[in-house]
Amino acid sequence: MTSTTFSGPARLLHWIMAVLIIAMLFIGVAMVATVGTSHNWLVPLHKSVGATLLVLVLARLAVRAIHRPPPLPAEMPGPQKAIAHLSHLVLYALMIALPLVGWSMLSAGGYPITVFGALHLPPLLSPDRALYATLRHLHTYLAYTLFLTVIAHLSAALMHGLLFKDGVFQSMAAWRTRR
Amino acid sequence: MPASYTIKDILRRGGLLPLLAIGAVAGGATAAFAFAGGWLTPGHLHPAQIVNALEGHDGRHEGFRRAHAKGLCVVGHFDGNGQGLALSKASLFRHATTPVIGRFSLAGGVPNAGDGRVTFHSLALKFDLPGGEQWRMALNHVPVFPVATPQAFLDFQLATTPDPATGKPAPAKVQAYMARHPETKAFVDYMAKAPLPDSFANASYNSVNAFRFTNDQGQSRLVRWIFTPEAPFGELDKTTLASLPRDFLFDEVAGRLAQGPLVWHLSIILPNAGDPTDDATKAWPDDRQRVEVGTLTIDRAVTEDEGPCRDVNFDPTILPAGVAPSDDPLLAARSSVYAVGYTRRTGEPAAPSALANDKAFPAPVSGQSAAKEPAQ
Ligand code: HEM
Ligand code: HEM
Ligand code: HEM
Repeated sequence: MTSTTFSGPARLLHWIMAVLIIAMLFIGVAMVATVGTSHNWLVPLHKSVGATLLVLVLARLAVRAIHRPPPLPAEMPGPQKAIAHLSHLVLYALMIALPLVGWSMLSAGGYPITVFGALHLPPLLSPDRALYATLRHLHTYLAYTLFLTVIAHLSAALMHGLLFKDGVFQSMAAWRTRR
Repeated sequence: MPASYTIKDILRRGGLLPLLAIGAVAGGATAAFAFAGGWLTPGHLHPAQIVNALEGHDGRHEGFRRAHAKGLCVVGHFDGNGQGLALSKASLFRHATTPVIGRFSLAGGVPNAGDGRVTFHSLALKFDLPGGEQWRMALNHVPVFPVATPQAFLDFQLATTPDPATGKPAPAKVQAYMARHPETKAFVDYMAKAPLPDSFANASYNSVNAFRFTNDQGQSRLVRWIFTPEAPFGELDKTTLASLPRDFLFDEVAGRLAQGPLVWHLSIILPNAGDPTDDATKAWPDDRQRVEVGTLTIDRAVTEDEGPCRDVNFDPTILPAGVAPSDDPLLAARSSVYAVGYTRRTGEPAAPSALANDKAFPAPVSGQSAAKEPAQ
């Protein structure tokens, strides 16, 4: 028995994470570009929300393993389906990679990894100068890639909702789970 | 109506307007992103501009700090006496011993510059507190700073950047800057008059910026602090600076440490009402209440090449619970500027420090990494 919508937990996690990830992208570029005092609270906020997102994405994968997502409409052209699946794979990969790269780069830089003011995460790697620089740049590149993928994803979602009208938008946007 | 995926069908069904709307959403989101990153705001001060200005001022020396480029690692410990807990719950202030690594440095971006300069003698420290907490400081021997804001810092660097033609800053630019910044003029006059310590060992080291302390009762206040040396003060003759050996200050402190540890007393300075807490160009009067909270002992020096300090970013906003940045605009700027500098220099191969082959620092015994500390 397949439903036409994502499960309740999947939709809840999708929308919470959508808000947080978009916020993280904006906080990230804003905090590294400012010399103002907002830097003092943006950086700790970025780390705390980033660590939260790592936990959330793991929960989301578990939910996905339990409640399989609804199939894409049968009439949707094959290549378009493939692109949809590939883009979701990219989104998941980046949602996992970004927090891990953030945590690893702070480890390689010998920084304390402080989240929620008082929690100190253990380093994932031992300090390594060149590795820090590499991971720091990787964090930027991955974040920009995520931003572009999210924009494409958002545009595609709106096209499903406003143009194709094939129920794909509703599968994530519905309030209630539908069979 | 069945779903349809071809452009022709979509346009026939009046899909043009929604299509444009979707484009506008995507374009608008991208513009908002660029705006957040400061790319669309002319005059937005980006930390990279300040690092560029430092590189323009002193040259780009790959692998080195863009300021305070010449330095020496130190290793020691801090003994809290418990008195500081009334002011801040920071675990450093407990009656306990905390391991410390640090770095003596001279201001300026030239890694092998001579030590005989009227400039900051500095000490950076990293305290490793229980539970993975850290407290990092970057301290100067002078209690005040030449500029109050990051914009003034940038303008000051640009105005004093040597003209390639003459090798000296253009006097007109310097004068124009000083006319707009009496606080920098006052600082330069102060530096010219103030005695310059003849050792890293007998200099005081100041937080310069104010910080917010919060104790266990939740009471919070703004403070500055100073490390006062036990070694008696001695003054350098400013008229003979140029004739001194290139590395004399670093060699001198290495010699002292070979004889025994060096000790400083940490005092927290409490302002009176009205003392500026967001302006590092303004000193607090000497009579302000001070609370001594413990002693810093430096046991030994190790070159940057062998020691634990080179690849550390002594970002003064890396603070333990009980200490937070003040609203001094320099403090937040230091954090973002040091991060840019740190990313640049760690992305370049490490070059030998000025002291790498200095006989004052014996090479580590082969077969054991004598001086290497975990850079944790
Ligand atoms: C804010 C605008 C967003 C809208 C309108 C939106 C809409 C949708 C829709 C309609 C689906 C269902 C697609 C399908 O069944 O194939 C979906 C799935 C998905 N969305 Fe979003 N989304 C948004 C933001 C995000 C963000 C920021 C992310 C994360 C970076 C994200 C990640 C995903 C993933 C990974 C899936 C696939 C779920 C799965 O198959 O498990 N979305 N989204
Ligand atoms: C989904 C998760 C995350 C996203 C989308 C994200 C995004 C970003 C972005 C866009 C930037 C600015 C990059 C630039 O313009 O150079 C940034 C910087 C940064 N991120 Fe993340 N990040 C995430 C997770 C994390 C985590 C978990 C940590 C650490 C625990 C972290 C630590 C940092 C730090 C420290 C910086 C700034 C470093 C500096 O000033 O040089 N990030 N991030
Ligand atoms: C907006 C103002 C300031 C800017 C832009 C600035 C810039 C810099 C930069 C780029 C570095 C090299 C950092 C690295 O690569 O790790 C540095 C180091 C340093 N700064 Fe500042 N600085 C500022 C204010 C101050 C103030 C107010 C003090 C006073 C205590 C100070 C003391 C130091 C010290 C002691 C170091 C050497 C730290 C070490 O040994 O790693 N700076 N500064």
